[in-house]
Amino acid sequence: MSLIKTVTEKPWERKGVIGGMEPEGTFDTEAERVALTFFLVIATVIFSLFMVSYYIRMELPDWEPLSEPAQLWFNTGLLVASSAFFQWARNIVARGDSKNLYTSFFGAGVLAILFIVAQLVTWNHLQAGGFYLSSNPANAFYYLLTGLHALHLAGGLWVWSKSAIRLVSGGEPEDIKLSIELCTVYWHFLLLVWIVMFAVLSNT
Amino acid sequence: MAYVPLADQDQEMEMHHPHSWVEKYVWSQDHKVIAIQYGGLAVLTGIVGLVLSLLFRLQLGFPESVDFVDPNFYYQAVTMHGMIMVVYFLTALFLGGFGNYMVPLMLGARDMVFPFLNMMSVWTFLISVIILMASFFVGGGPTGAGWTLYPPQTTMAGTPGHDAGIILMLVSLAVFVVAFTMGGLNYVVTILQYRCRGMTLMRMPLTIWGIFVATVLGLFAFPALLVACIMMMFDTLLGTSFFMPAVIESGSPLDYEGGSPILFQHLFWFFGHPEVYIVALPAFGLVSDVLSVHARKNIFGYRMMVWAIIAIGGLSFIVWAHHMYVSGMNPYFGFFFATTTLIIAVPTALKVYNWLLTLWEGDIRLNAPMYFAIGFIFTFIHGGLTGLFLGNVVIDLPLSDTYFVVAHFHLVMGVSPILVLFAAIYHWYPKLSGRMYNETMAKAHFWITFLGAYAIYLPMHYLGFLGVPRRYYALGSTDFIPASAQELNSSITIAALIVGTAQILFFINIIGSLKWGKKADPNPWGAASLEWQTPDTPPKHGNWGDELPTVYRWAYDYSVPGAPEDFIPQNTPERVTPAASDEHIDTDKDSTLADV
Repeated sequence: MSLIKTVTEKPWERKGVIGGMEPEGTFDTEAERVALTFFLVIATVIFSLFMVSYYIRMELPDWEPLSEPAQLWFNTGLLVASSAFFQWARNIVARGDSKNLYTSFFGAGVLAILFIVAQLVTWNHLQAGGFYLSSNPANAFYYLLTGLHALHLAGGLWVWSKSAIRLVSGGEPEDIKLSIELCTVYWHFLLLVWIVMFAVLSNT
Repeated sequence: MAYVPLADQDQEMEMHHPHSWVEKYVWSQDHKVIAIQYGGLAVLTGIVGLVLSLLFRLQLGFPESVDFVDPNFYYQAVTMHGMIMVVYFLTALFLGGFGNYMVPLMLGARDMVFPFLNMMSVWTFLISVIILMASFFVGGGPTGAGWTLYPPQTTMAGTPGHDAGIILMLVSLAVFVVAFTMGGLNYVVTILQYRCRGMTLMRMPLTIWGIFVATVLGLFAFPALLVACIMMMFDTLLGTSFFMPAVIESGSPLDYEGGSPILFQHLFWFFGHPEVYIVALPAFGLVSDVLSVHARKNIFGYRMMVWAIIAIGGLSFIVWAHHMYVSGMNPYFGFFFATTTLIIAVPTALKVYNWLLTLWEGDIRLNAPMYFAIGFIFTFIHGGLTGLFLGNVVIDLPLSDTYFVVAHFHLVMGVSPILVLFAAIYHWYPKLSGRMYNETMAKAHFWITFLGAYAIYLPMHYLGFLGVPRRYYALGSTDFIPASAQELNSSITIAALIVGTAQILFFINIIGSLKWGKKADPNPWGAASLEWQTPDTPPKHGNWGDELPTVYRWAYDYSVPGAPEDFIPQNTPERVTPAASDEHIDTDKDSTLADV
């Protein structure tokens, strides 16, 4: 769709069915995919606004940078693996195959759960080390941002669990193909958010 | 392979049809029922907001005449009035109510693309309203921090509702954002992907354009409110210092340090200014359609109107700090934001000219909807002009904290959208209910509301020039405010009471006409857009009977020379009009003429 062509159309001049007898869909894809794209933009706005707030707040004098624990590298590895497993599952259903689908699909979900657990463990370690939420804005942002990211992942896991139930209760891989594809996109998005977030947190 | 919308696939007729009363009217997934639930709830909330405004107007006009309106209650009433009207009434009614009702009908779709999500949206909205209203019943009452909820005073002991009230407000707003996002994704995806055959983007009625761009604004602006709410909630409940600076309360320092209240203001207004257009753009769209139908003329400059809506939507994200000229931010910001603010007046003025030119030499039918639509043009021009004053930093500084601002924003985003709401409700009432409203009563309602609105807000401009500060519970005695200002204040209150009470006429009319109204013609105004061409009035579940409509023309074919009637519905095949327009038929390879 050419945007310029669309908005310069003169609707009062053109009568008749435009575009043949096909129904109108602006994008040649499923509605769910369009909805997910919009949702990803919304999530990007949310994370960006937190990041902007982070940078503005950082300028103020009471900021004491938090040195992120090394454990986060391990957690990052879990999330990367989860994303990779999802990509694997996606490739399987895209081929119309079902071999290894259970391994890849459930592996992806379990790895994501492990990531959230690992994040909570990191929180506990920080708390034990005396880095409380309210003691410094840098700590507060750390808990807030990682918590928000984990919540987004938990939302994704909810969709994952619904697909998992359908898969286990005898659903054909073909039926949950779209669901797996969209989950994969969402997982990659959250991985990207995490990498950016991790980079920002470690470098400030 | 071209994408085929769900509505056109094989399962078309296997929609989820309701079986019981509860499924049909309570847990309904039908966009029309959801629209009425959304709209009804928004109106009920709006009535609370209206009553609150009358209570604090009584205090302003006749100080200490009502016992329970003490300073605390006054601030709580002002705060809740503002928040309710902007978010829970106008946003919910325009997008939740009209958005839900109009989008599928005007696009020739059977329903929203995600009906279940749509149902979830309205019930989540109900939860947010319940949480909001609960704050009236908790200890300390609702928050009295002003609808902008600026820290640090939101959480300080001197502010009413600083403990439970503010928490409930923040939670309610966060829940509202979730509800809005669910609804908003639905409107956007439905508009993009679910249009019927022939309904190109540029054939959509302006109502849909307004709703579409407003929804996109909402989806990208409400996150800022959510972010601000979350961080403030952390500050209030968990003792962080995102926004809270080091501050002394009753002689002892609080446990905060270093936070930035200005950061909150930036986040709040990054949401708050687009919010103005989230309310205004659907109003622009609806009023364009009402004016065009009742003037029996195509809307003047359709493309310009679409571009103006898009331009206003885009610009609305870069003007937010004109609400913060007095906040002490960098003066160069003021220069930048004053410039963008004045630029946004260009597309807005363009729309006003186009409305006027739509009326020019039209065959105007002065029905009640048309009264309200023309009334809107008046109030919008007046409110818009004072916006040009306030957009300039040097004029804003002295006027910022006075009633001039109150007059400005009430005319431009209070009265104007509400006049459009009335126009739209009267206009679409016959389709929605299958009955006609009482014309005389509607016109009486118009005159009282329209003249009354001027009686309320015009004098406020003078109060502003006098320097009467807004937000004050009582003025006390000052040298610079003459005693006559109080008389003006009393007259404003009397006008407000009359206008407030007169809305009963509207409710009697709308509810009474359901029972006693004359049975309505399916298309009483002779409108061309698709929602008037449904096989049933009111439209049944699924909207279009067995077959979806096909659109052959834009929505504004009024008074076409040579046509048998003075309007041609969008789904009329092109052969019916032998006249001038035929020679322009585009013979692009992608345009196929239907065989009729």
